[in-house]
Amino acid sequence: MLSFLARRILGLLLTLVAVSLVVFLVLEVLPGDVAQVMLGTEAREDTLAALRRQLGLDRPAHVRYLAWVGGLLSGDLGTSHTYGVPVAGLIAERLAVTAPLAVLAFLLSTLIAIPLGMLAASRRGGFGDYGVMAFSQAGLAIPNFWFAILLILLFSVWLGWAPAGGFPGWGQGVAAALGALLLPALALALTEAAILARITRSAVLETLGEDYVRTARAKGLRPRSVMWRHVLRNALIPVATVMGLQFAFLLAGAVIIENVFTLPGLGRLVLQAIFQRDVIVVKDAVVVLAGMVVFVNFIVDLLCAVIDPRPKELA
Amino acid sequence: MTGRPRAVARAASRHPGFLLGAVLVALVTLAALVSVVWTPHPPLAIDIAARLQGPGASHWFGTDHFGRDTLSMIMAGARNALAVGLAAVGLGLAAGVPLGLVAAVRRGIAEDVVMRLTDLTFAFPAVLTAVLIAALAGPGGINAIIAVGIFNIAVFARIARGASLQVMARPFVKAAAAIGKGPWRIAGQHVLPNIAGIVVVQATVQFAVAILAEAGLSYLGLGVQPPNPSWGRMLNEAQTYMFIAPGQAIFPGAAIAVAVLGLNLLGDGLRDLLDPRLRVWRMG
Repeated sequence: MLSFLARRILGLLLTLVAVSLVVFLVLEVLPGDVAQVMLGTEAREDTLAALRRQLGLDRPAHVRYLAWVGGLLSGDLGTSHTYGVPVAGLIAERLAVTAPLAVLAFLLSTLIAIPLGMLAASRRGGFGDYGVMAFSQAGLAIPNFWFAILLILLFSVWLGWAPAGGFPGWGQGVAAALGALLLPALALALTEAAILARITRSAVLETLGEDYVRTARAKGLRPRSVMWRHVLRNALIPVATVMGLQFAFLLAGAVIIENVFTLPGLGRLVLQAIFQRDVIVVKDAVVVLAGMVVFVNFIVDLLCAVIDPRPKELA
Repeated sequence: MTGRPRAVARAASRHPGFLLGAVLVALVTLAALVSVVWTPHPPLAIDIAARLQGPGASHWFGTDHFGRDTLSMIMAGARNALAVGLAAVGLGLAAGVPLGLVAAVRRGIAEDVVMRLTDLTFAFPAVLTAVLIAALAGPGGINAIIAVGIFNIAVFARIARGASLQVMARPFVKAAAAIGKGPWRIAGQHVLPNIAGIVVVQATVQFAVAILAEAGLSYLGLGVQPPNPSWGRMLNEAQTYMFIAPGQAIFPGAAIAVAVLGLNLLGDGLRDLLDPRLRVWRMG
């Protein structure tokens, strides 16, 4: 187990280094002059020179990379060119919206998909199975941002039950904040629930055909006990793997959904920074988002190893 | 047509999902092709006097905030969606399949490098890659293709490697090696034809994923730029006028859903017809 853990931690660190290198290369090295990118081609030479000095662009690339990574590790991400405030504070403030949104969507998708997947598998070929598969096809085909717009149409424009977007802030109370995140989370959860319901259905069906399930039944265990103790635990391995991958897409999907509902999250910050050419914010926010994706996949890898009853060398 | 192709064609004609998928995909393709020579109105023609009209006899799907005919824009948008989807899947196939094949044939360092590169790619979902490319080169249709295409390269490399390794463990490949065929000849003559099925099925799914990704990027303003019609941007513009003309937010989204549903059903049908045991990835 220890060597397994050490290997995974080493893999995590190497991937994080590679992610930071890619982001740095794309945003700081490939464009040539970052100051020119930020200020545009019309900028005066003395203004460009001042920005280059301020950002330390006169130093060699490897020195800048190491300084940036050092800053990331110590929490100093530089100052936003547009907002004039420390990027670390800006990202923390926006994460307070994006992280709960992604977690809420993750919970919703799991709560919808796993019971649906199990229902479909237990009623294979029946009405329930067809219903779940139709839901899954629809969920895969409907773009989450269109579903978000339809939710706004229904609950804001026609019924008037919810605002069309915006976020009151956590200072206005947890209920109000969670209320503002509910429709966006539902929109974000739809596609992931559709995929997860399918995966759960096929994983449960596959596990139901295993020898040890037949043995458990032959021993006289009650069907419910077989389902929960033998089938679900083993079926959860592929389900958990997919859930980990999905968290990455929930974070990426948040970039779009936050824009539909004008939520002040990390995704909206990245998009605004692109259009404002604030390379400092884009670089830090993208590396934080990608880092979160890598880290969540690492945690899922470990969870799968814990769930999987086989020895770690075989897993 | 004899033997297996005939059996597959007969099974296809009895597979309702496959047939529905084929009809929907044919509908979208037809709309895209017809829009090259004819649309009910010129898709970019502005008519402010007729702005934000509901569905009616002269404008079946109504008009947008510039008075442009929504049906004509959806037809022209189909061209763009299919073009971006084809290009992004083509890029993924052209680079990903050879990479996966090389990883499976060479193993060792080549395989490690390909697998770690795909891991790295998956750390950047297509939206994040598009954000990076937009920061580097500005938003645009080509950049959206590159962003979705890079992601597809990783998907196809993984699928091709996994499927090739399975094929290479089968007796006929070992027999081919025993009679002295080299690894690359075996890869070309035996492995590639045997992984073609799963690659085609995955390509159909990735086509659907590419259409969704392109629509999302266009919604954000990172995809195809105005005035070229795009389903995603139509939805973005419709959202602004949602309280006055809610219908405008329905049709472009329904067009995306029809195209994606058609491709997904086609992909599922193909998988059932070619090999029901195939595992298809659904990521995007």
